[in-house]
Amino acid sequence: MRRYSAFAIAREGARYHTGWERAWRSPKPKKKYDVVIVGAGGHGLATAFYLGKNFGITNVAIIEKGWLGGGNTGRNTTIIRSNYLQDPSAAIYEKARSLYETMSQDLNYNVMFSPRGVMMLAQTHHEVRGYQRTAHANALQGVSTEFISPQRVKELVPIMDINGPRYPVLGALWQPRGGTARHDAVAWGYARACSDMGMDIIQKCEVTGVNQAGGKVTGVQTTLGEIGCDKLAIVVAGNSGDLAGKAGFRLPMESVALQALVSEPIKPTIDVVVMANTVHGYMSQSDKGELVIGGGTDGFNNYTQRGSFHHVEETVRALVETFPIISRLRMMRQWGGIVDVTGDRSPVISKTPLGNTFINAGWGTGGFKSIPGSGWAMAELVAKGEPGPLAAEFGLDRFREGRFIDESVAAGVAH
Amino acid sequence: MSTRLAQGGRLIDRSKAMEFTFNGKRMTGYAGDTLAAALLGAGQTLVGRSFKYHRPRGILASGSEEPNALVHLGEGARFEPDQRVTTTELFDGLTCTSQNHWPSLEFDVGAINNKFSRFLTAGFYYKTFMFPRVAWEKLFEPIVRQSAGLGQVPKERDADRYEHFYAHVDVLVVGGGVAGLAAARSAASTGAKVLLIEQTNHWGGRAVVDGGEIDGMPVEGWVNKAVEELENMANVTIRTRIMGAGVYDHGYATGYERVADHTPGDGRPRHRLWRIRAKQIVTATGAIERPLSFAGNDIPGVMLAGALRDYIVNWGVSAGDRVVVVTNNDDAYRTALAVKAAGLNVPMILDARAEAGGPLADAAREAGIRVEAGKGIAKVHGGKKVTGVSVCAQAGEGASLEEIKCDAVAMSGGWSPVVHLWSHCGGKLIWDVEQAHFRPDPDRAPTSHDGAAFVVTAGSATGALSLADVMADAHAAGKVAGKAAGGKTSSKAAPEVAPETMQPIEPVWVMPQGAGPDKRMKMWLDFQNDVKVSDVQLAAREGYESVEHTKRYTTLGMANDQGKLSNINGLAILSDALSQEIPATGTTTFRPPYNPISFGAIAGEARGELFQPVRQTPMHAWHAEAGAYFEPVGHWYRPYCYPKSGETHEQAVNREVLNTRENLGLLDASTLGKLVVKGPDAGKFLDMMYTNMMSNLAVGKCRYGLMCSENGFLSDDGVVARIDEDTWLCHTTSGGADRIHAWMEDWLQCEWWDWNVYVANVTEQLAQVAVVGPNARKVLEKLNDQAGGGMDLSAEALPFMQWRDGKIGNFDARAYRISFSGELSYEIAVPASQGRAFWDALLDAGGEFGVMPYGTECLHIMRAEKGFIMIGDETDGTVIPQDLGLNWAISKKKEDFMGKRAQSRSHMTDPDRWKLVGLETLDGSVIPDGAYAVGEGVNANGQKNVIGRVTSTYYSPTLKKGIAMGLVKHGPDRMGEVIGFPTVDGSNTVVKAKIVSPVFYDPEGEKQNV
Amino acid sequence: MLTLQCPYCGVMADETELHAEGEAHIKRFGPGSSDEDFETYLFERKNPKGVHFERWRHTGGCGKFFHAARSTMTLEVYGTYPAQTLEPPKELIDAIKAKHPDWEGYK
Repeated sequence: MRRYSAFAIAREGARYHTGWERAWRSPKPKKKYDVVIVGAGGHGLATAFYLGKNFGITNVAIIEKGWLGGGNTGRNTTIIRSNYLQDPSAAIYEKARSLYETMSQDLNYNVMFSPRGVMMLAQTHHEVRGYQRTAHANALQGVSTEFISPQRVKELVPIMDINGPRYPVLGALWQPRGGTARHDAVAWGYARACSDMGMDIIQKCEVTGVNQAGGKVTGVQTTLGEIGCDKLAIVVAGNSGDLAGKAGFRLPMESVALQALVSEPIKPTIDVVVMANTVHGYMSQSDKGELVIGGGTDGFNNYTQRGSFHHVEETVRALVETFPIISRLRMMRQWGGIVDVTGDRSPVISKTPLGNTFINAGWGTGGFKSIPGSGWAMAELVAKGEPGPLAAEFGLDRFREGRFIDESVAAGVAH
Repeated sequence: MSTRLAQGGRLIDRSKAMEFTFNGKRMTGYAGDTLAAALLGAGQTLVGRSFKYHRPRGILASGSEEPNALVHLGEGARFEPDQRVTTTELFDGLTCTSQNHWPSLEFDVGAINNKFSRFLTAGFYYKTFMFPRVAWEKLFEPIVRQSAGLGQVPKERDADRYEHFYAHVDVLVVGGGVAGLAAARSAASTGAKVLLIEQTNHWGGRAVVDGGEIDGMPVEGWVNKAVEELENMANVTIRTRIMGAGVYDHGYATGYERVADHTPGDGRPRHRLWRIRAKQIVTATGAIERPLSFAGNDIPGVMLAGALRDYIVNWGVSAGDRVVVVTNNDDAYRTALAVKAAGLNVPMILDARAEAGGPLADAAREAGIRVEAGKGIAKVHGGKKVTGVSVCAQAGEGASLEEIKCDAVAMSGGWSPVVHLWSHCGGKLIWDVEQAHFRPDPDRAPTSHDGAAFVVTAGSATGALSLADVMADAHAAGKVAGKAAGGKTSSKAAPEVAPETMQPIEPVWVMPQGAGPDKRMKMWLDFQNDVKVSDVQLAAREGYESVEHTKRYTTLGMANDQGKLSNINGLAILSDALSQEIPATGTTTFRPPYNPISFGAIAGEARGELFQPVRQTPMHAWHAEAGAYFEPVGHWYRPYCYPKSGETHEQAVNREVLNTRENLGLLDASTLGKLVVKGPDAGKFLDMMYTNMMSNLAVGKCRYGLMCSENGFLSDDGVVARIDEDTWLCHTTSGGADRIHAWMEDWLQCEWWDWNVYVANVTEQLAQVAVVGPNARKVLEKLNDQAGGGMDLSAEALPFMQWRDGKIGNFDARAYRISFSGELSYEIAVPASQGRAFWDALLDAGGEFGVMPYGTECLHIMRAEKGFIMIGDETDGTVIPQDLGLNWAISKKKEDFMGKRAQSRSHMTDPDRWKLVGLETLDGSVIPDGAYAVGEGVNANGQKNVIGRVTSTYYSPTLKKGIAMGLVKHGPDRMGEVIGFPTVDGSNTVVKAKIVSPVFYDPEGEKQNV
Repeated sequence: MLTLQCPYCGVMADETELHAEGEAHIKRFGPGSSDEDFETYLFERKNPKGVHFERWRHTGGCGKFFHAARSTMTLEVYGTYPAQTLEPPKELIDAIKAKHPDWEGYK
């Protein structure tokens, strides 16, 4: 792999950029691989990368029905944070966040990780107590967060109306090293690194069936023919239930649309990521200048990658209320992705009823921020056949045992 | 240079001059101008700078597809960035400034990027700025951010308001050109209810500019007649200034009405968002002209041929005195003829096609214009404006055959149907080889709730490009839509248009065909984002082969115009680079909105006080007058405390607690959920809903009950009263009433539908006051004494945990002897209409007993002092009743109840679950909210092991020390042990607390039971 | 922005007056059931690509829960029917089969 650098750009600039190599190869599938990973999104590619990097397993195919990074990896609002409450969540999201810190150098691809800080507004007393609890938990989990005052919120985000008549800002949970990254670049950077390790990324190749013998998977049927494998990893957010069905088991998941939207590009106006859960909306500003906005999921099962307008309306209403100056700015584009949501809203990194098949799914709205941590944990699970500490609590068995990882601690409301 | 012509301009009123300023320079236009026309008319060809290289930018188009001419519009509270001059109606006093330059439009330091453009290719930033690591965050990214973005940000709160409007129609026709008018007419002829919307302020669209005849009259005459006809039809509504913004599932569409953009400050809402349900949607959205890719095609003065013609015909504005026309199709000849007809010069028409024949070419030649076939532009000369072009053979590599001086270039690469609305909801496209464009595939239309197609295209949005085809197609589309929407078959005849002969287009994606890399680096595809032919070719070479990869790697089509001009050209270049057919490459996804719409319009009226509904109790006005500090609880506002002047909230709360414990406190408890559950099977049903037995509750008595989810977790609690043989009244938490009501309905409707039970939510029918404290009985008895109420409130007649109906004073009351504070307490429910009077009467009568109202925080402290749990504090969706020592409230006798099965799972019966205890700090301080207790060592992920957490923590004014409840591993077995809670306030301290009983106050319950 | 017809009040209801309530025809398992059955009841979902039987509630209208058969791929609503049923009505199954001959049917 020819390294990317300012020098390389200068060299290529002098010759009309004719010397750049392909970022990744487009090979024909081989007959058989040690590991076949279904899904070349961020999670699948990261799984492959850490299989190679941490375990030396490089006879790997990553197969993708569309184009790599074309699912939720390229459709999210690019927020990275690890200020989760429960220990297992904080561990894997913080692992991910710390890997994002060095990802550009690790991959030799600028993923533009931007630790500009993430704040989650507390707008009810109940939320204040909840975020104070998270701050205490984070301190013990090695996650650097802090509960900050409304005045500090205003200093960090001058355009915010902290005295809104309906829900004044009472404080915020602040993670100074949370932030954003360039979502596509994460997929591309991993793809380039995986390809460089000799792994095959096979795009436009859809899995149509799973071959089994003796309770184990022997390979997959695809639109490009059969591909054999010793181990199979299913990493297909949104389509997990469908693929598990092809492999003969069911999952505690449903697929729903999650929408996002951007404004027209403007000069910098908000430096941090703001999430406002009482009013349901979050916003940051991309390096291109667009305000990047998201809200909650739609309510019904949906594979269409489009959502209902009233959810967008609710989100925009919340943000106009929080940032009044944006009302004269304009929504340039809205879109949807399909996320799979589990019974406790936490992900699954797990063995399956099939001995040599593993699944990574159910990230819901937390997919992008977890990519490197998820890949790291999934690679360990696939390589060793047993979960390491990062994945240990995320097994499918937790639903049977009643051992949930519930981050939505605000289920009850005060008297 | 562009200028206003002495004559012409069908849309302007030369008798009404309008003053405006651009970058502080005073200019004049006319009523009917767009800002674009006015700027060009005033000679302003340079209007902005591009995103990346800060290249000079002029007006390229005449409609919403304009990528370049975006300005700051207005000032102060009416300032907005990125406003397209082509869609801005001129008004007197308009002010605007250009964007993305420093220090000035004419001299922009940022243009230095242009010098380095050779290095700043597609995706260069992915390959650099990585070393040293910290430099991205501290140095490079701040520079990138400052240089990105186009317009400045509004500084002031918006002076305008916005609103929503709802419309339900049979047929929505989007687009008021001749196709939309024809489709609306034919749809209306089926009897369907039709809404026709047009984004500009005038009807007729392009056809009026292009000329021709419909039904034997000039197009403009036909348009006027059609509009008049539609205006007079009872089943038709027609509206201008509304853009069809988005099409969503099942016939939902949004319309963006710019009500007062052209009359700022006139008191009307600025924008109105139309939320439309239509059985059928006809998109008569026209077509957009494509640029041609030749070197220097971005220099101000190069314009789309159709736009250049629009400016002449509609606004009497010329883009230049000498206009070179370059084309690969017939349509641009109309521009040449229009320029000529305006008395200006067309030195040459460069037709890239091998032959330039047909009626339009003949007409051009007849008009004395030199027509060169097989020729193109090798290079445009000029910097901030066009000075000339080099002519070359299209088939060659770009050797200059001839130099021509000119000050404008009109280019046409063909026309692409506007397919956005068709595509928003899943309509598919096909590549039309003959016409070289993507057009809707009528066999793969978006489908609605019934599985049938609900979008029909009309006119050039279908791909019809001649007037005759447009009218025939649009007329048929309207009929189809009207019929599908339930209309009758119509025999209305189609408008008559004589067919015309057009010569076929020849696709030209690069001009000249053999252009080398130096030329391809100067051929712009995306004019705003500075994406050139060479960038797309580089992306393909580097393996970004999917059209989505190319878009995202190069940013092609990601600017404000969302690729309206660049997408087709870009994917043609990509296809060529990949040696594949254009359909194999496909398009990126078309997403709403068609053009950007204001956030204000989307939010509508829901701002400030109207942001969300506020629920108020009958006593709310009193609380507000008393200066209560409110907190939102669900949609309710509840008093948190009632600070007296000079008091902090904390002082007020402490005063309220002490007064209630010593004298008399009043709590407005009206928000408490109240559900009546009634019917022969109500007892059986409540036994399923609650963990406790409710069927055996005696009439007249109350019982505290717990509700769990099927997953076993505690979800709500409250006191249940048995009203009569088949009626129970269930209290829920304030935030829980609607949720629990829905939950009960769910089981009654979907699981036990044969059970005879009704549930009614009567929360808002009743006002409820908790009368609490040693003097509680006295004040109520005084009311009875004053007004002769009959209810016996003595301990004997109304013992603890019972209720009675009767008169208290003048009031129709139901009194519950229940206590959430540990004090003698009556919760009195009266009809909501009597609530305020009852509250006032209690305050009046209570004066001698030391009455004071108290708020939710006092309530919280008093219940914590008593060790009562609070849903949302002691519970968080992960806690089961057994964790809270509430086993006494879980029936052992019942076979089944919500959550019972779940609570037998292995993790729920794990003896290591954290259990509720009281916590008493050694030094009397208050444990911080949310603190965790640490154990020994760290877990496998390196996180400190925790053994418990605090769930409620307060300063107890009664006990004069900090008290808390918490969940602790093996807690109840560790009474007296001291555990540590590290703080996070930076002091690095650990609060030490002893594990004690959670009941801190009056453990024997003597005070409440008097 | 879906529309579904409430089978009780007959209103063609906009999504904004409805609330989605998850998969339909889930059999409740209570005390005495196996861990497996109980897990299936609470968590395992069909989540199909295609024909889906689900529950809705007409929250902004008559308040009734009802069932719908809807495609998760096209959002077509094949029909709605009362909640007081243990499985989809045969006419509805037949109608869906007629539209999608290779649909595997309700199971």
